[in-house]
Order: sequence, then C-alpha cells, then structure tokens
Amino acid sequence: MKLTGKVIKYGDNVDTDVIIPARYLNTSDPGELAAHCMEDLDRTFVERVQKGDIIVAGNNFGCGSSREHAPIAIKASGVGAVVAKSFARIFYRNAINIGLPILECDAEIDEGDRVEIDFDRGELHNLTKNTVTAFAPFPDFLQNIIASGGLMSSIKGE
Amino acid sequence: MKTYHSARDKLNHTKKCRAQRRNGGFYMGMTMTQKILAAKSGNEKVEAGQIIMADVDLVMGNDVTAPVAINEFCRAGCDRVYDRAKVVFVLDHFAPNKDIKAAQQCKQVREFAGEKGILNFFDVGEMGIEHALLPEKGMVIPGDLVIGADSHTCTYGALGAFSTGVGSTDMAAAMATGKVWLKVPSAIKFNLTGKLPKNVYGKDLILHILGMIGVDGALYKSMEFSGDGVESLSISDRLCIANMAIECGAKNGVFPVDEKTLEYVKERSSRAPVVYGADEDAVYDQVIDIDLSRVKQTVAFPHLPENARTFEDIHDIKIDQVVIGSCTNGRLEDLMVAADILKGKKVAKHVRCIVIPATQKIYLDAMEMGLIKIFIEAGCAVSTPTCGPCLGGHMGILAEGERCVATTNRNFVGRMGHPESEVYLANPAVAAASAIAGKIAPAE
Ligand code: SF4
Repeated sequence: MKLTGKVIKYGDNVDTDVIIPARYLNTSDPGELAAHCMEDLDRTFVERVQKGDIIVAGNNFGCGSSREHAPIAIKASGVGAVVAKSFARIFYRNAINIGLPILECDAEIDEGDRVEIDFDRGELHNLTKNTVTAFAPFPDFLQNIIASGGLMSSIKGE
Repeated sequence: MKTYHSARDKLNHTKKCRAQRRNGGFYMGMTMTQKILAAKSGNEKVEAGQIIMADVDLVMGNDVTAPVAINEFCRAGCDRVYDRAKVVFVLDHFAPNKDIKAAQQCKQVREFAGEKGILNFFDVGEMGIEHALLPEKGMVIPGDLVIGADSHTCTYGALGAFSTGVGSTDMAAAMATGKVWLKVPSAIKFNLTGKLPKNVYGKDLILHILGMIGVDGALYKSMEFSGDGVESLSISDRLCIANMAIECGAKNGVFPVDEKTLEYVKERSSRAPVVYGADEDAVYDQVIDIDLSRVKQTVAFPHLPENARTFEDIHDIKIDQVVIGSCTNGRLEDLMVAADILKGKKVAKHVRCIVIPATQKIYLDAMEMGLIKIFIEAGCAVSTPTCGPCLGGHMGILAEGERCVATTNRNFVGRMGHPESEVYLANPAVAAASAIAGKIAPAE
C-alpha cells in the first residue's frame, strides 16, 4: 500500500480530548465527529484538511481516553494516515482496529511538505525535502488485521 | 544448596529449571503482568513484545463507548455475546441523560442489553462510575483479565488483576469471542518504602510519579508497584494510583496481592482469587525507588497531568470551582477526607463546590455517616453518581477563563469545558481546603 499527501503538523502529546472534545461524544456518527475534529487544538483544521492529507506529530499522539471517536473523526475528515514519533497505546490499537493507517517514524517533516508512504517497503519519502526514512513494518498479526479490513472482519474470517 | 520457603516454592523452582532447559539454558523471569498474561493465553512463558490472544474474564463498556461497540458487533453479523455474565454495561458518562443525543445512546445500550440478556447492566438508580462500581460489586478479583472500552479500566490492577483500556472495536470483538489480542508489555518497577505523611494520599503519589516520568514515561509498559511501602496504602489509594497509570501512558498498573486485598475481595465476591507474583528474577526496564514519607501534597497544573507542583511553587491561584468525585477520588474514603476538612466551614463565596459520590452505595454510606449533611451545610452541591464534569459532560462545565481544582485525573485543554478554562488536579484534602480558601491551598 502506498499513500501520498500533504502534511499537517502538530507537536507532542496531542490528546483525544483535543482530537474530539467530549462534548461531541453524544454521537458516534463519523460525519458529525469529523466536523469537530481537532477543534480545541486547531480551529482551522476542519476548513483546510483535504482528502489524503497526512497528519505528522511528535510523541504520544492520541494520549488520554479510549474513545474510538478520535481515530474515527480523523479518518472521516479524509486524513489518509497519521505519522508520529510514538502513539498512545489505545489510540494505536483503535486506529488499526478501524483501519486508519498509522506509523511510528521519526523523520524530518514540516507543515505543508508532500510525503509518500510505502507501507510494504517500510519507507517514508519526503518529496519536498527529497529524503527517505525507513520504518519498521507491522508485525504479521497486525498486518493480517489490516489486510482483512479491521478487527471485526478478521474475526469473522476465522 | 538452595533453600526453599515452602513446597510450592520448590515446585516453582523445579518448573523454572525445566523451562530453563527447554529455552537452551536461558530463562528470564516474568513480571507479575506477564505471569497473568501467560496464564490467560495458555502459555507457560510469554515475553515482552510478543502478541498473544488472551481469554477475557470481563469486558466492560459505558454509554459513550458501548454504542460504537454495539454498532460494530451488529455490523459484523454477530448475534450473541460469548457469556452473558461477563459483559458489563455501565451508563455513567452522560447519565442521567444530559441531552437528547445522550438519551438515544443510553437507550441503544439499554435495548441491546435487554435483547442479549446481559446480566450486568447498570442503569440510573443502580449505576455508579464504572471503575468505582466494578470493584465495589466484587466483579474483579485477583488474577482476572479485564478489558474495558474506557482508558481508566487500568484501575483494577489495584486488586492484582490485569486490566487495561481498549477501544470499542476491541470491546465488540471480545463480546463476540471472549478474547482480546494483546502485546505483552515490559515493565517499570516502583519500589515503595515508608509511609505517606498526613494529608498526603495515593493521588499525590501518582502525581509525583507523573512529575518524574511524564505522560509518556511508561508508554506501552506495565507499572508494577512493590516493596514494603505497599502494605501501608489503603485499597482506595491503590485504586487511585492504578487508575492514573494510563496518565503515564502505561498499559496497566498492578499491585501485589496482600491481606488487605484478600479481605477487600472476600467481602464482595464468592469467587476464589488467583494470586500471581513477579518472579524474583523478573526483568524490568527500570526500577524506581520511592520513599513514601517524602511525598508531598501535589497539584498538577494545566494542561497535562505531568505538570506536578508542590506548595513551595504554588502562589495565589484564585479558583471558581472545585469538583470532588470521579473514578479517581470519588470513593467513601475520599469523601471522608473532604468532609473532615469542610466540617463547620464554608465554601468561599465565589467558589462552586460540587461533590459527586462515585456510586449509589458510597452516596448512601456518606449519607448515613453524616457526610452529605456536612457538605451541604458547607455550601457544596451534592450530585447523584455520574462522570459529569470530569470529562466536560455536564453538572459543572467551566466557562472561558475559569479555574477548577478537581480530584479527577485529566487536565487537558478543554477537558472540563471551555478550551480557555483550566483544571488543577489534586487530592480530596487539597480540593476541600481550596474550596474554603477560594484559591489553591494545602490541607493543613
Ligand atoms: S470519572 Fe472521568 S475519568 Fe473516570 S470514567 Fe468517568 S469520565 Fe472517565
């Protein structure tokens, strides 16, 4: 799988309360959630995000609550993938379970750069800076979940 | 010549030697968490980084996370849950229903629970905040493996169980199969000695730890508490500490099982506890020694729980609201601490002090002990159990620029209301003292 997109960049410890504030958790509709995505961190996100954009962040992305509404809101906003130095563990598993591509990678990337992610080769190309960074591919078990389209499809397939 | 303390000790050693031979002479002991995960996944040995499928003793969801899980469960065409006694729903976050959408969500969970014959469904009138309710009802005992679609599910590690927060899809899969995939964590060991000073509680200890290691200091790891100091911590303190393991990024926090634990569960459950302890030669990523007698009253400043400060560094911070409650500090012991300070005093005129007993039983006990009277006479508002203000749901939302001292566990931007509001995390004694002083104040 290969993805190309423009980067929207954030810092460390982006928590689930700013990704989707709890005041909007009285719904699980992806469209409604996407309309408030990142609202308390970045009011411009919803207007400027375009299909295929890639969020790049620092350490501990998605820390805080277990709300699956957070990766759902990001995915429904059209974001193609999230790249971070590290992820909070529940966010990590939620993203995999719902099929939002994520990867742990520490590369030099700035806001607005265009990057290409090659999941099969485990390479991230910064097309703007013309650099390549390698990342560790998912373990087989998780690749199977992703390949079958998420956790529920994978257990159905058993 | 090796000496054994008991026959069981000897048996364990023999088993270990056998395993050692199998592993080509290389044996690394397991942490307490790894022991539980090995047992629950049918492995003799697991190691950090390994992905396992484990059996789930209890799977829990609330009115925010269960609807998403139910949608996934139904979409996948599942029609029955794996065990009606092992699925728990608690309507606590936006309940009693705060608005029409919340009412719809609760209704969806209620109907699903009815249809599937779920035995542990807790609705308004019976419910309490999930992580206070489950231990109180004896639903978690030592040796259990519990997952919940709520990050603070790690609370039950206080009782020597493995418990961790997962997402709604994980919950859906576990409801269907009784299993969960887990990556075996490595661990940080906290070696506790001494005793906490007066007016210093489990909350201060965990805030102190957060100040030391940060909000990703235990990312993906277990926090294993051990040492002579554990014994002095009440079960309530242990629940509070394990509750906030997730604030360090941890997968779980776990306490050894001792007399206090066994007594606590014996009063509440008829099931037999299974006690696991870490191997003597267990390998830890890090060992941190903490002398409890040196921990001070600690407050976490906005907007991260790791911004821990002690009173030498806290000056004149005027506040608008105090919240005493939540799954972190809404237990009877916490209310007793707060009432002790508020007794015969008045909440400052410009402060709203909201007290929320975490469960119906706690509410009733507090009433019978006269605590509710003390709160009301001091000028506090006392509410039926709910998560309410803790996550900015209802029952005490902050306006722009307002500050709140809360006994809750998170002070992220916008957590309790307006993105420009501020939450300061503290123990119930500091919260009560601050309500009286009208500013952040230590409990003397
Ligand atoms: S009290 Fe707060 S932290 Fe605890 S379960 Fe409720 S919302 Fe979550």
